[in-house]
Amino acid sequence: MARIGVFICHCGENISATVDCPKVSEVAAKFPGVAFSTDYKYMCSDPGQSLVVNAIKEHKLTGIVVSACSPRMHEPTFRRACAEGGLNPYQCEMANIREHCSWVHEKGDKTDQKAIDIVRMMVEKVKRNNALLPIKVPVTKTALVIGGGVAGIQAALDIANAGHKVIMVERDPSIGGHMSQLSETFPTLDCSQCILTPRMVEVAQNPNIKLYTYAEIESVEGFVGNFNVKIRKKAKSVDETLCNGCGMCTTKCPNKKNPNEFELGMGNRPAIYVPFPQAVPNIPVIDKTQCTYYKNGKCKICEKVCQPKAIRFDQEDEIIEVAVGAIALCTGFDIKKTDFFPEYGYGKYKDIIDGLQFERLASASGPTSGEIRRPSDGQVPKKIVFVACAGSRDPAKGIEYCSKICCMYTAKHAILYKHKVHDGQAYIFYMDIRAAGKNYDEFTRRAIEEDQAQYIRGRVSRIYERDGKLIVVGADTLMNAQTVEIEADMVVLATAGVANKGAEELAQKLHVSYDQHKFFSEAHPKLKPVETNTAGIYLAGACQSPKDIPESVAAASGVAGKIACLFANSELTREPLIAMVDRQAPPMYSSCTGCFLCQPVCPYNAIEREEVKDRNGNLVRELAFINPGLCQGCGTCVAVCKSKSIDIEGYTNLQMYAEVDALLNS
Amino acid sequence: MSEFEPKIVAFVCNWCTYAGADLTGTSRIKYATNVRIVRFPCTGRIDYMLLTKAFASGADGIIVSGCHPNDCHYTSGNFHARRRWMVFKKLCDFMGIDTRRIVFSWVSAAEGVKWADIVNTTVEEVRKLGPYESYHKLSTQDILA
Repeated sequence: MARIGVFICHCGENISATVDCPKVSEVAAKFPGVAFSTDYKYMCSDPGQSLVVNAIKEHKLTGIVVSACSPRMHEPTFRRACAEGGLNPYQCEMANIREHCSWVHEKGDKTDQKAIDIVRMMVEKVKRNNALLPIKVPVTKTALVIGGGVAGIQAALDIANAGHKVIMVERDPSIGGHMSQLSETFPTLDCSQCILTPRMVEVAQNPNIKLYTYAEIESVEGFVGNFNVKIRKKAKSVDETLCNGCGMCTTKCPNKKNPNEFELGMGNRPAIYVPFPQAVPNIPVIDKTQCTYYKNGKCKICEKVCQPKAIRFDQEDEIIEVAVGAIALCTGFDIKKTDFFPEYGYGKYKDIIDGLQFERLASASGPTSGEIRRPSDGQVPKKIVFVACAGSRDPAKGIEYCSKICCMYTAKHAILYKHKVHDGQAYIFYMDIRAAGKNYDEFTRRAIEEDQAQYIRGRVSRIYERDGKLIVVGADTLMNAQTVEIEADMVVLATAGVANKGAEELAQKLHVSYDQHKFFSEAHPKLKPVETNTAGIYLAGACQSPKDIPESVAAASGVAGKIACLFANSELTREPLIAMVDRQAPPMYSSCTGCFLCQPVCPYNAIEREEVKDRNGNLVRELAFINPGLCQGCGTCVAVCKSKSIDIEGYTNLQMYAEVDALLNS
Repeated sequence: MSEFEPKIVAFVCNWCTYAGADLTGTSRIKYATNVRIVRFPCTGRIDYMLLTKAFASGADGIIVSGCHPNDCHYTSGNFHARRRWMVFKKLCDFMGIDTRRIVFSWVSAAEGVKWADIVNTTVEEVRKLGPYESYHKLSTQDILA
C-alpha cells in the first residue's frame, strides 16, 4: 500500500500569495494513498528539507510529492532529500504549482483548484514510480582522434598528456592538415610550419599515441565508453617497419609528372611520394593510380633502389579493430575550388587561384620557393586583386554563412605580397572587414596603413581576360556603386570554406548529426559547443564550421578536457530514465512481437535485435532489445510500439495514463 | 448559469514547451487557469491513444506542443510526433472526433508569451465549441447498468 507524503511549499509568498497552500495541503491529505501532507514556507531551505527527510522516516512514506517550483529547478534537490530519508531518489516527484500556477494566475478558487489538480496528478504518478538505480557503464580509457590536422594534433597531445591512450587516424599519408600548407599565420606572421611541425613530431613520438596514416574509418559500433571501431589502413605498398625514409625511391621514380596535391596542382610529384618534406611519418606511399608498375606491370625501380627492401607491391588494405571509449572528430574542412565560379571563368584562367594556392606560392617550401610568381608564365604580378567572400555570404550560391577566416587571411596575403613584391599593388574587394579577434583588427589596419593594400568595398561581378591581363569588374559601394575595372596580373579568390569531402558518410557511420552544409552539428550551440548529440563523440576544429587556428586549438583542448573528464572514472553513471522492452519467463519470453517498428525511429540506433534461442541453440524468436548505454530516453519507441511492450522509466504508460485520469476525474 | 469552463490538457515535451511554460511563469504573464500540463520527455513519446483517453476522461480540449522542427533535444522526436499527428488527425476526423479540439503547436523554451497565447486562444476556441459531453458520456457511462 502506497504511503505518499505531500509537501506544499509557499516559496515565501511566490506561491502562497495566489494559492491557498494550507487548503491545498488539507485537500491533498484526503487523496487516496496520501499518508502525510503539510505546507511550509521554504521547502528547499535546510529546515524544509529536514522536514521532508524526517517525515519520510516518521510516517514510513513510500514516495513524496514536493509541490513547489518547476522540476527543472529543484528536482535534484528533493531527490537528494528523498535519498537522505532512506527512499529511492526516484520515488520523488515535483508538482509545479509556481511557474505553472501561482505565477500565471490570479488569486481565486480556480487557481486553488488547479494547484489541487496538479498535486493529485503527481500523487497518482508517484504511486506508480519504480525504484531505479543509476546505470553504470564501464569505460575503455582510450580515445580515437579522427583527423590529424592542428585540431586533431592538439586533442591527441592533450589527451595523451593526461595519461590516456590515443589512436589517431589520418586519411592522408601525413598528419598536419591544412595548417601544414600555410605560409605564415595571422595575426603574428609566424611561420606555420615552424609552429606546427614540432607538434607533429610530438604526436609521432608520444608513447601514448598510436598513429595510423593513410587510413580511414570503416565502421563504428557501440556507445559512450565502449565503441568498437574498424579502421581501414590503406595499402601504402611500403613496409612501414622497414622503411627508413631515405627518399631513394622518390628520387629514382621515373614517373614524376603527377599533379602534387599538397601544392594544389601547382607542382609535380613522383608516383611514390612523401607529401611534403616535413611529413609525419616520413614514409612514402605509392599512388596506385599513377605508378607505372601498377598500370603496366613493369618498372619496380623503387624496389631495386630501396636498400632496406621495404617496397611491397602485394600489400593489401588492412582492417584494424580497436576498442575506444571516446571519439574526437577533427576532420577539418575544404575550400571551394575556382571552377565553382562561372563569373570568374570557371577556373579556366590559370592566374586566378584560390587562397590556399596563394599560401603555397608564398611559402618558402612551395613550388616557387616563396616567390610570388603567377602560374601561367612565372612572371611576378605587379597588380594583384584579392576577392574576399568568393562564394561566402552568397545565398544565390547556396552558401549563406561567413567563412570567417577569409578577411584575415586576405589581409595577410596582401601583407605578404607587399613584403615580397615591393613595387606591387594589392587590391582587395570586400563586403565587410570582419576582424573580430585578439589583435585581428590591428592586423587588417596594418595591411591598409603600412602595406598600402587598397580595400574596395563591393563585389566582383566578372573577371575576364584581355591582352594577357585579367580584367576585374566590380562595384565600389562607397563611391555610389561606381563600376571599378582593374587590370590585374593575378587574382586570388578567397573561396568559401566548405565541409570536407566524405563528411556526410563519416557522420552517418558515427550517427552524428550534420547541418545542411554537411558541417557536423554540436549538441548545443552555446552550452555544448564541442559535444555531439551522440554521447562520447566530440567535435573540434573546422569540421563543425569554418574556424581559424586559435579557435580550432581551443576547441580541441576543450574536447580533450571533456574526454579526460569522461576517463576520470572507470564507470559512467547515467540517469536511469531510459526505455526497456518487456521480458518474461519462457515460453512467452516477451510481449514484443518482433515487428521492429521501433528500430528506425530511434535517433540513437539503440535498438538491437536479440535472438532468443532454446537450449539446443535453435532460434526461437527475435526480440527488440534497447541498449542502455545508447538510449537517451526520448521515448519515441514507446509511442510507436504496437504491442505496448516498450516502456520508459519516469514516464511509463501506467504513469502517464494515471496522470491524465487523475487530472480529469476530480 | 455560469460560463462554461473547458478542461484543457496539454501534453508537452520537457525540453522546449515545458521550459517555455516555465518562462511564462518567470515572466509573470497571466493566462487562463483551464489548462493542466502533463510533462513528457519528448513529443515523440506521446502516445496518441492518450488523447482519446483524455477525451474519454472528460477533457474538452487538448494541446500537444514540443520543440520547433530541427530543435528537438533528441534530434527527431518532434518529427515523428508531427508525422503521427497528421495521420491521427485524419483518423479522428474519420471517427467523428472534432479535431478543432486538438491544437498542435511548437513552443520553444524562449517563447513564454507564445505559450500564454496558445493557451488563451485554445480555451476561447473550445469554449465556443462547448463541452465535449457527448463523447465523454458514451465512452465512460456504464451503459449496461
